[in-house]
Amino acid sequence: MGGVKVLGLNSSFPCVRVLWALKLKGVNYEIVEENLLNKSPLLLQMNPIHKKVPVLIHKDKPIVESLLILEYIDEVWKTTYPLMPEDPYDCSMARFWAKFVDEKVVVTAFEAMKSEGEGKEVAIVAAKETLELLEKQIEGKKFFGGDEIGYLDLVVGWICLWLPAIEQVGGMKLLDSSTFPLLYQWTQCFVHIPAIHECLPPREKAVDYFQTGLNYLRSLDASKK
Amino acid sequence: MATSGVKLYGGRPSPYVNRVVMALEMKSVDYELVEMNPYEKSELLIKINPIHKKIPVLVHGDRPICESLIIVQYIDDAWTNGPSILPTDPYDRATARFWAAFIDDNFFPLLREMREAEEEAKRLVFEKVLEAFALLEEAFITISKGKAFFGGDTVGYLDIALGSFVGYLRLSEMLNANYKILDETKTPLLAEWAERLYSDSLVKDAMLDPQKLLESLTKFQAMPKTDSN
Repeated sequence: MGGVKVLGLNSSFPCVRVLWALKLKGVNYEIVEENLLNKSPLLLQMNPIHKKVPVLIHKDKPIVESLLILEYIDEVWKTTYPLMPEDPYDCSMARFWAKFVDEKVVVTAFEAMKSEGEGKEVAIVAAKETLELLEKQIEGKKFFGGDEIGYLDLVVGWICLWLPAIEQVGGMKLLDSSTFPLLYQWTQCFVHIPAIHECLPPREKAVDYFQTGLNYLRSLDASKK
Repeated sequence: MATSGVKLYGGRPSPYVNRVVMALEMKSVDYELVEMNPYEKSELLIKINPIHKKIPVLVHGDRPICESLIIVQYIDDAWTNGPSILPTDPYDRATARFWAAFIDDNFFPLLREMREAEEEAKRLVFEKVLEAFALLEEAFITISKGKAFFGGDTVGYLDIALGSFVGYLRLSEMLNANYKILDETKTPLLAEWAERLYSDSLVKDAMLDPQKLLESLTKFQAMPKTDSN
C-alpha cells in the first residue's frame, strides 16, 4: 500500500488518535516529529491552509484534520478492525458526538485551564456540563463503539491522559470519578487496551505541552497590555 | 431501504437547511419540510435537537439527525439508489470533507463578519472573503479535474456544501455591487459553476433564488445568524 507517515508529535492528542487507528488496523507507520514552534517545510507544504498536525501522508498524498484522517484510515484499511459503525444512523451519531467533543468538550476544558479568578469557576462549570453529556452517552455501554472500541472512543480518548494534564496545568478537577463514574470507568478500560497504551506519551510530556502552550498565550496577552 | 417518513425541520432561506434539501432532491426522497423559525426555540426544536437547539434537523422515522453536513452524509448512506453524493475514493472523500469544513469554519464566518461589519471595516473583511474564495477556486480546479462540478460530471458533496451559499453570494452583489464575490474576472470557474447549478437537473429546484431571499430578509429584517449549522 505504500509507506505511511504521520507528521506530528506524540504529546499532541489529535496526533495520537491517528496512531491509535493505525495500530488497531495493524498498519506500519513512521512518525516524523514536528516542532510546532518551528514548523518544517514539509508540514507547510503538506498542510498549507491550516499548517497544523497531524498530517497523514499515504502514497505521497496528505490527509489532514484528525477526524477526517480517522475516517480515511477506516475506508482504506477496511478489512481489519472497523472503526465507524455500520448503520448509517449510528455513523451520524458518532460523527455528531465527535464534533461535539472537539468543539465543546476540548474547548471548554482549555478555557477552564486558561481562566483565572472568577471566570475560572464559570469556565469549570461549562466544562463539566459538556462532560455530563458524554457521561449520558456512555450509559449502558462498555465503550462508545459498543463491545469494542471504535471511532468515537478514539476521539474521546484524550480524556484518559491529556485531560488530567490539563487539570494539573489549570489547577482544577473536571473529571472526578464520583461525579462522572461511567466516564471514569470508561477511561480505565480504554487505557488498558494494548494498542492504546503503547501510543501514550509519558504524562509529564502532556503536562509540559499544555504548560508551554499556556505560558505562550499568557505572554501574548501580556505583550498586548 | 429507507421507507419511513422523512421530515426536515428548518427555515427554507437557511443555507444549511438548503444543503439538506439539495441532498434529498438529488436522491428523489419524499419529505415534508416543517418550517421552523430558529430564533424561537420552540419545545419541538429543543426536543429534536436538545444539544444545540439549531436547525436543520432531519427526522427519519423517529430518529433525528443534526448538523447539515452530517445529515447530507447520512442521506448518502441511507438512500443508496440514485446518484452518490460523496466520491467513492477515500482520498477524494477526505478532500471533499476537508473543503466542506473549510467552508463552514473559515469561509462562512468571514461572510458573516462582512455582513455585520460597519462600512469601514467591511471592505477589509471583503478582501479576506475574496482570498478564501480564491482558495476555493484553486480547490475547484484540482478536484473537478476539468469537469463541470466538484463532484465531476454530477453534483456532489462539495457542490452541495458551497452551492447552498450561492443564493446569498448573488444577494450580496444585488445589495451592493461593490461586494461581488462570484466575480468572473477573479474566480471564473466558480462563477460558471454557480450558473450551472441553477440549470442542473438534480439540484436546480433546490437552489435558493436571491430575489426570494431578499423578500424573506426584508420580512425578517435581519439576515440569518448562526442558529443553523
